[in-house]
Amino acid sequence: MIERLTSALDFQAKALVLRAERQQLIASNIANADTPGYVARDFDFAQALRSAAAGSSAAGSSSDGSNALGSPIAGDPLADGTGGATAAPRLQYATPSQTNLDRNTVDMDRERAAFADNALKYESTLTFINSSVRWMQDAMKSPSQG
Amino acid sequence: MGMLSIFDVSGSAVSAQSQRLNVVASNLANADTVAGPDGKAYKAREVVFQTVLMGAGGAGGAAAQDAGVRVSTITEDQTPGRRLLDPKNPAADADGYVTYSNVNPVEEMVNMISASRSYQDNIEVMNTAKSLLQKTLQLGS
Repeated sequence: MIERLTSALDFQAKALVLRAERQQLIASNIANADTPGYVARDFDFAQALRSAAAGSSAAGSSSDGSNALGSPIAGDPLADGTGGATAAPRLQYATPSQTNLDRNTVDMDRERAAFADNALKYESTLTFINSSVRWMQDAMKSPSQG
Repeated sequence: MGMLSIFDVSGSAVSAQSQRLNVVASNLANADTVAGPDGKAYKAREVVFQTVLMGAGGAGGAAAQDAGVRVSTITEDQTPGRRLLDPKNPAADADGYVTYSNVNPVEEMVNMISASRSYQDNIEVMNTAKSLLQKTLQLGS
């Protein structure tokens, strides 16, 4: 019975975790906007949420993520990042819109837009969770409580 | 882990950028220096940024890797400095030339603007993360 109360929250909770992770990823990109050789990364949110909701991980390549960042492969900007362990989304490298002399592929305009967009969507997910909680509380109230 | 590590990542970037700003300040201050601390003309310095992985290999395995930034080295610009003919200057060499520092003020100003913008960006990121976390703490109330 209690699962039926919380199942509505489950999906939003997963979305919230993914939003936080994406926010963190974009923060890393912005922090490294001036680092030579840094390769900007992101993940496909819809895809990640779909696989998180399905409860299955994107079972795939082994996790050698430290390698992928430590020594970026210059010639392969579109290569898939690491397959996540459990619920970690599949990281992808951003294609540079304008090539840089220091091989940095962070596009600050794109990152700033993505950051604002992600922050707003994080907040809306919070709002969704808050209102679901409020609905449940309303449903649990007795008529005399108003 | 989660949003709290944004403060580590952006904090490292802020401190790296302020170190860059510091180097710019010392370069600009020495733009007209004849002799540096070693008796030779001052050489312009430049920071080299490097990505540093924070919290890698955590419990979550290959969860989002926090890529902070740090200043790996500070290099000295080796281009020869300006030489001006000024035989009366006590720092003049045998030919009467004085060697000034090789600081390019235009380059330094551009560097300064870039550093200050990056600094602002990272502060903005931290502010946003803070307000999101505060709203998360009030969840369900």
